[in-house]
Amino acid sequence: MKRVRRIRLVFLLLALALAALYAFPFIMVIINSVKERRDVANDPLSLPTTLKWSNFTEAIRKMEFWQSLGNSFIVTVLGVSAIIVASSLLAYYLSRTPSKFSKTTFLVLVASMVVPFQALMIPFSGLFGQKGLDMPQNKYTIAFFYVGFGVALSTFLYHGFISNIPRSLDEAAAIDGASAFGTFRRVIFPLLGPVTATVAIINALWIWNDFLLPQIVLLENDQKTLPLRTYVFFGKYTSDYGLAMAGLLLSIIPIVIFYFVMQKRIIAGISAGAVK
Amino acid sequence: MAVSNRRQAISRFLVFAFVPLSIFTLVLIVPFVRGIYFTFRDWDGFGSTKWVGFDNYVAVFHDDKFWHSLWLTLGYVLATVVITNLVAFGLALLVTMPMRGMHALRTVFFVPNLIGGVILGLVWQFLFSKVIPQLPFFSSNWLLETNKAFWALVIVTVWQMSGYMMIVYVTALMSVNPEVLEASTIDGATGFRQMLYIKIPLIAPAFTISLFLTMRNAFMAYDLNLALTNGNPYNSTELMSLHVYREAFTRLDFATGQAQAVVMFIVVAAAALVQVVISKRFEVQA
Repeated sequence: MKRVRRIRLVFLLLALALAALYAFPFIMVIINSVKERRDVANDPLSLPTTLKWSNFTEAIRKMEFWQSLGNSFIVTVLGVSAIIVASSLLAYYLSRTPSKFSKTTFLVLVASMVVPFQALMIPFSGLFGQKGLDMPQNKYTIAFFYVGFGVALSTFLYHGFISNIPRSLDEAAAIDGASAFGTFRRVIFPLLGPVTATVAIINALWIWNDFLLPQIVLLENDQKTLPLRTYVFFGKYTSDYGLAMAGLLLSIIPIVIFYFVMQKRIIAGISAGAVK
Repeated sequence: MAVSNRRQAISRFLVFAFVPLSIFTLVLIVPFVRGIYFTFRDWDGFGSTKWVGFDNYVAVFHDDKFWHSLWLTLGYVLATVVITNLVAFGLALLVTMPMRGMHALRTVFFVPNLIGGVILGLVWQFLFSKVIPQLPFFSSNWLLETNKAFWALVIVTVWQMSGYMMIVYVTALMSVNPEVLEASTIDGATGFRQMLYIKIPLIAPAFTISLFLTMRNAFMAYDLNLALTNGNPYNSTELMSLHVYREAFTRLDFATGQAQAVVMFIVVAAAALVQVVISKRFEVQA
């Protein structure tokens, strides 16, 4: 018994050491975000002696934090909501309308998931840019693009779930006089809660953190999302690492808050999304 | 009757499928097909005048830099897939041990995954250039040395992805039927042997998923690459994705860039297919 306890202690210490290692980068960002520029340069490892809170106010101003945060928020909320609507409708159609067309469509959707964005980004600018459809380069356009890229995986997740809902439910609603859309909206969609949560979380984390698409589409500063703005800001102020760290910390905080609020659902969403 | 059925089918399609499929087609299918089409033409990003056959692909295969980035990417994929999954599986075993506090540790291991690659890359750029050189045994900036910069990229990738894969393995480990484990204990299987012969075969699907996800992420890696090394020193860490981006948007060679992107797609698709087929063979019916 003593041996078992000793082994457990070893594993516990190992786990704690690893956790410290994983957290180390964040601790460094936090302690250096309130330091004077020369204190960071001289000794980044030590705790700050004086707290320079103005790093934060300055970073908020220079990276236009609130505007970028708002942009990220709008893009994410719009993108995720539209993906939920579009993919639940499509999945319902595909699972309830057995035909060659539905089967083929489903296969195309699944196959499209291995297409890297890099294979699309070059035609993208020609197709949607000034010499093409000339779509405005703003956050609404980019939310629209996210629907196109996100609909395949989400439809796939919804499809698996909807296929397990008995058809007798649809038929009962039809007998009661509900239209096809009414059946979906009042009977089927309310049952999809768990998948909707998974779809929302997977897509929200993806859109919030995405970089390459915004980098290509959002060229105006006032439309830029938080990661994009942070990148530009960091590049400009690498001479003042205290300020740069404050900027990084600001862009990390919102998603970490989101995580602590939604922790259970996020973990459940990832587990469910991965077992597909 | 037939007419009204047909009408109904069409109206169903219009209500449920038309809008989602149109968006999907416009945003994904059209650029994809156009992209392939333009690799056979003298395309400048907006228009083209003539058919050039395989010239763009020939140019890709004669481009040493492309070969370099392709081999580098394959090495990066191999290193990150193997190390991430070993680390993630080890973490999953640790945090599923029946001890207090392990739940809190899961969060610590998972948090890097919440944050975008660009932000993480910038954090580590600071660490490698300012903090780590101050630690004993390191004393140099890894990002300035060819070989070490590659491993810096690998380390940060593992740090970022292992938490996510840990969750996948934890979910699988928790779903192993305790009766099966009990029965094997009675039969004399304990500790390591139980792990090797009972648990690992039973959670094989988790390995399939996790290998697939890590591989896909590694092939498409861009954010971290851009923010951490930006391809430096001397383009020694320029992965495929970054190379394609620069070919098109910095050097403005759209046709070659797109041909490279298509080659990249073929490599990713082939690797994904091979990996899933092989992994499926190891899965057992439980």
